[in-house]
Amino acid sequence: MTMFFENVRLAFTSLLANKMRALLTMLGIIIGISSVIAIMTVGNSLTIQVTDSMSTMGANNINVFLQAKETETEKTEEGYVFESAGSGQVMVQDSDLISDEMIKTLCETYPEDIYAIAASKSVGSGQILDGKKYANVSLSGVSMGQFVADNVKLEAGRFFYESEMDKGLMLGLISDKAVNNLYAGDTEAALGDTVNVYIGDKFYQVTIVGVYKYERNAMMFSLTSDKDLSTNMYIPLRASKELTHSDGYASFTIVTASGVDSDKFAQKVESFFASYYRTNRNFEVSAFSLASVVETMSTMMGSITKAIAIVAGIALLVGGIGVMNIMLVSITERTREIGTRKALGAPNSSIRMQFIVEAVVICIVGGIIGIIIGVTAGILLANALGTPAVPSVFSIILSLSFSMAIGVFFGYYPANKAAKMDPIEALRYE
Amino acid sequence: MEERKKIIDMKGIVKKFFIGTPNELAALGGVDITVYEGEFVAIVGASGSGKSTLMNIIGSLDRPTEGTYFLDGINVTESKDDELSKIRNRKVGFVFQTYNLIAKTNALKNVEMPMLYAGMGRSNRAARAAELLDIVGMGERMKHLPEELSGGQKQRVAIARAMANDPAIILADEPTGALDSQTGRLVMDIFHKLHKEQGKTIVLITHSPELAEECERIITLKDGLVVGERQGSGAPSLADSKEEVSAS
Repeated sequence: MTMFFENVRLAFTSLLANKMRALLTMLGIIIGISSVIAIMTVGNSLTIQVTDSMSTMGANNINVFLQAKETETEKTEEGYVFESAGSGQVMVQDSDLISDEMIKTLCETYPEDIYAIAASKSVGSGQILDGKKYANVSLSGVSMGQFVADNVKLEAGRFFYESEMDKGLMLGLISDKAVNNLYAGDTEAALGDTVNVYIGDKFYQVTIVGVYKYERNAMMFSLTSDKDLSTNMYIPLRASKELTHSDGYASFTIVTASGVDSDKFAQKVESFFASYYRTNRNFEVSAFSLASVVETMSTMMGSITKAIAIVAGIALLVGGIGVMNIMLVSITERTREIGTRKALGAPNSSIRMQFIVEAVVICIVGGIIGIIIGVTAGILLANALGTPAVPSVFSIILSLSFSMAIGVFFGYYPANKAAKMDPIEALRYE
Repeated sequence: MEERKKIIDMKGIVKKFFIGTPNELAALGGVDITVYEGEFVAIVGASGSGKSTLMNIIGSLDRPTEGTYFLDGINVTESKDDELSKIRNRKVGFVFQTYNLIAKTNALKNVEMPMLYAGMGRSNRAARAAELLDIVGMGERMKHLPEELSGGQKQRVAIARAMANDPAIILADEPTGALDSQTGRLVMDIFHKLHKEQGKTIVLITHSPELAEECERIITLKDGLVVGERQGSGAPSLADSKEEVSAS
């Protein structure tokens, strides 16, 4: 053990004796390690953000929505491209919309898989006005399932009662942000108050029964101040149907029961709706799970990380060869020292260890510098992207052990060469 | 004459290079040398006489092609590489013409080095190294780097290092060769002091007849053979030399 610390001390001595050379030697290692760490840090922050947004949106959710059918194009002999009939800007007719019946049948077909149906109907975006005070809201009618799908957390008051839902009463839930704007944060004053909601040239009177906690959607970057922020105002679904005089939905969300593979279920839902829309010329129904989106993103992140890892691996390989080269030079320069040490009774193993430790120290110092640069660059990059920087502890430990391994691997050959030197030759070396 | 312990016991030592090739070369052609404990022996000879080869074998840096060699009772002829390192470490103290101190390592650490390889603990090492540096009159400059020392000072550190593991023999190869006569004198006086006061066995390899004359016994080598062995005049009066050492 004494020998080991002595070797480490020696390694630092020779490192400091040739600072410039040591730095140049480390450069490959520094570049390799810092790029790995920087990418891992940014990747980590992005992944965490995606996971966050997944939890706000709900990973078990399947979005079902109307989609215009792919336009079929026809090509004439002259090469002109015509869009086939029935395409172009097609307005959604009431008959195209997904009806309550379809949803009901869907629920009856897959009672095991569906936990809740979140259907919503947007009335429009507008303002709650109260004298000079205002709050931007988008008014939408929702089924109870929507609260589950949106992961809405009640701060004060209550959700709607079943009977209120059935009757379609003009009751509403507003966000805490809206309460801040209208009642200066006094939720008690908000509850039970009836407000005027202006949308376009109409206004609706809604009685507030609950306040929910607004959560910033992590996927959206908004520069709007809290004052102008537009938040959802929820009213019973039935009420919104009456306001808009329409019955169907352009989209809805299925909250799947736990343990259901939402990806597979999304396909089942699609084929379920295919039977209804086979005859529809313009529209079809698509269903996709958020989990699959997240999965796609992480797969993408994964391949980017792999590509960077390969580049960094090459940099580290080159760096390692640089270390080996310098170690060979250093050993030639110190031939007499090696001879002297052998004459003084150093066994071959001790000489070998001395130079391996030296190579490892070079690599670890390079690795540490690389980690510092990498973390700094990662934090700067993450800040530029507007995501919280999360340095990956795993990658730091990995790079440290990796640079140590490089030191051992590329230091072994020169060290062994030193160990095998003939002491007589080495002592005579000029 | 009473029976004294043999430190070096060489019989029929032959060293050949390029064995089996047409230009096979015998550097040593059958050498018998015996050095007893506490002796101060000089080995002299012109260059090409086989001095260096003999020194390498005495110092167990090399093995003879033929013959037997016992160093302090250990059969060097049959030892493996790592055993030879151990023998060098415990039994031999080298003093080189070019000092061969480890660069960028202070005097104290240089003297500690053989003890480090012997596995001695840190504090013991430092204490012994300091003590040895005191003996050679370098106690004041323990923390100096070799670059900061003069030739004579470097050689004194090297002598302290040679004594580190209290070896059976101190093997000095032209120790004054790179020094001016005054500092050379100083270094020789240290050897005499170690011999007289501590009873060290010293083998001095030199081409200088004057230096050899100071020793107790002179072995002359020529063309790989011992051609003469006679008594030297012994050490000069120690009283003056002691003054010189402590004054420096």
